[in-house]
Amino acid sequence: MTMYNLTTDQRVDEALANNFLRQATRRATDRLRNNKYKAADELGNWEEWRGAGETIRKHVIANLDYYLNQLIEQMEKRGVHVHLAKTPADAVGIVRKIVHEQEAKNVLKSKSMISEEIHLNHALEKDGVAVVETDLGEYIIQIAGEPPSHIIVPAMHKTRQQVADLFEPIAGHALSSDTPTLTRFVRLQMREQFLRGDIGITGCNFAVAETGSIVMVTNEGNGRMVSTLPRVQITLMGMERIVPSFRELDVLLNLLARSATGQRLSSYTTILTPPKHSADSDGPEEYHLVILDHNRSEILGDELFRTALNCIRCGACFNVCPVYRQLGGHAYGSVYSGPIGSVITPLLEKDWKKWGHLPYFSSLCGACSEACPVRIPLHDLLVKLRMRKTQSGHTPQVEQHIFKAYRYFFSREKTLRRVLRIGAHLQRPFVRNHRISGGPPPLSNWTKSRTLPMVAAKPFMQVWADLKNKR
Amino acid sequence: MKVSLFATCLTNAFYPEVDLTMAKILKHLGHTVDVPEGQVCCGQIAFNSGYVDDAREVARTLINSFERSEVVVGPSGSCIAMIHHYYPTLFEKEPVYLKKAENLIQKSYEFSQFVVDVLKQPDLGAHYKAKATYHPSCHATRLLGIGEAPLKLLQNVKGLELLPLPESQLCCGFGGTFSVKMPKISEAMVAEKAQHVLESGADILLGLDMGCLMNISGYLEKINKPVKTMHIIQLLGEGIKP
Repeated sequence: MTMYNLTTDQRVDEALANNFLRQATRRATDRLRNNKYKAADELGNWEEWRGAGETIRKHVIANLDYYLNQLIEQMEKRGVHVHLAKTPADAVGIVRKIVHEQEAKNVLKSKSMISEEIHLNHALEKDGVAVVETDLGEYIIQIAGEPPSHIIVPAMHKTRQQVADLFEPIAGHALSSDTPTLTRFVRLQMREQFLRGDIGITGCNFAVAETGSIVMVTNEGNGRMVSTLPRVQITLMGMERIVPSFRELDVLLNLLARSATGQRLSSYTTILTPPKHSADSDGPEEYHLVILDHNRSEILGDELFRTALNCIRCGACFNVCPVYRQLGGHAYGSVYSGPIGSVITPLLEKDWKKWGHLPYFSSLCGACSEACPVRIPLHDLLVKLRMRKTQSGHTPQVEQHIFKAYRYFFSREKTLRRVLRIGAHLQRPFVRNHRISGGPPPLSNWTKSRTLPMVAAKPFMQVWADLKNKR
Repeated sequence: MKVSLFATCLTNAFYPEVDLTMAKILKHLGHTVDVPEGQVCCGQIAFNSGYVDDAREVARTLINSFERSEVVVGPSGSCIAMIHHYYPTLFEKEPVYLKKAENLIQKSYEFSQFVVDVLKQPDLGAHYKAKATYHPSCHATRLLGIGEAPLKLLQNVKGLELLPLPESQLCCGFGGTFSVKMPKISEAMVAEKAQHVLESGADILLGLDMGCLMNISGYLEKINKPVKTMHIIQLLGEGIKP
């Protein structure tokens, strides 16, 4: 994963120079976005649905301790092993221990962003365990050795030809890059893997507290194979992924599928109420639920950012974001990219040095907030993160001085007039054809790709004062 | 009506003709216009960069200068959105200023919003022969909910052919300090916006925020594409000249 070693600037350069990636990202997000509009319009009262989604999520987050206890109680009553992981390292430790105790050699995986968040594959592979991502997109990026570039469509940045090239060494011969050939190849690979798996690891879109059920949506059905074939099953969930009952689940599944891919319902909605019941012909005999905190408790207690926990991970904000559109996901450098990734990564990881750039990966156009099916004010949260970073002294000194000067001169109109007059003189060396070009940074950051108008010889406030005096 | 102009910091310094034309149009419509002293900036540039205390100080100056105004009108959706969308948060711990801010929110409008929705005068009797396209700025559209007002003003301009702008909902990449803090990303965004402007086939690009227009026109000039950019106020001002 070379991208983790690059600086933000290098990653941005790399992304912007990659026309394949940019075209693929544009095409995929356009398609997802337009499908979403259709699926939302179809309901006729999308704003009401959003309102209901927002209410449900807010209620759950406000009462998270209650619902978590209810979920755990339901699960444990039936013999599910529930593990609470405070940190990503704790979660990895819990999974490794289960794998070790089972003497598992082959682990199958499906649909888990949490496993990316805790960097699980790497840890298991180091233990000599074979880990296979069974969903097409995840499988592709696993072979490529890359993190996901989109939370819903992890390999959206790869063209079919790139995928065919990746598969070639495994197939032992060249593959044509048409979709049927590629999917057939993966299907054959997976069939073998499914029969070999000792443990299945999946994610969790929602956990129903009332019944102790795990809900997972997929479009390939492999998640269903992973959660039924192996004898032992591990579900990884973020602690906020809860719905009170099936009534609320109905609303959120609609919002999720329609916002994510424009489907009315995902092709497979798997609801597991584990472990295997005596009358069931299949399903895991041993079931582990790992609930990850990773500073989510802290976000819960933080009034400014609590709404970030309302996210249902649909990815709609990615598909409307003009920054994501230009860069794809890898330039962000984080597991979660796009607008929601820029919000939650600094909160989860608590490292301004490493993730301090993320709140600035936004022009604050507000498209994300408008797209969010549970009305998280994403662009407002990005501003609040900038505020938090500034107040904790993590912004550059030069910037702090610039804004001190701004504060002084922009609250003294008459003084500002004099400053502007000086500016009108100082700009002269940089003026060509009535436009400013060149100049020192940060001015050059603008003029490198754009001209800048000249500071007016007379600012409007002076123009107006002169007009008044004439009268 | 007695209308107070909010000459935003950007137009004040770089485009005084926009403020002046706004004053002329409002006078043309039969209103008294004043420009309260002391006003400078809404504070957005500092607020959006996370410097809330600095923003608050600047915002207080603005609030005070308009305290006695009946109606406040500005040539920018973004600056008015800052007042409407963020002042309540900015002053949540200062009851005195919160009240003053709420008063300002009640009486402040972006130009097209004021003329169409308050004055109910969507037809200014302007003539302007040109092919133009309109970029709906993000803050005006998403934060203030301004959709139809500027289009109504433009549709009533005789001789003006309004062409659709492809993917008009995309941000132009200005974003205030974003344009200098993330210059490469900003450039990629404005390059796509400029491409869409050229695809529209228009000779003039119109908008209601000089920040966005400064960004798009700056890029078009740099790549030597002769599309003129104008604030809708400028086009209307020229169109109603006798």
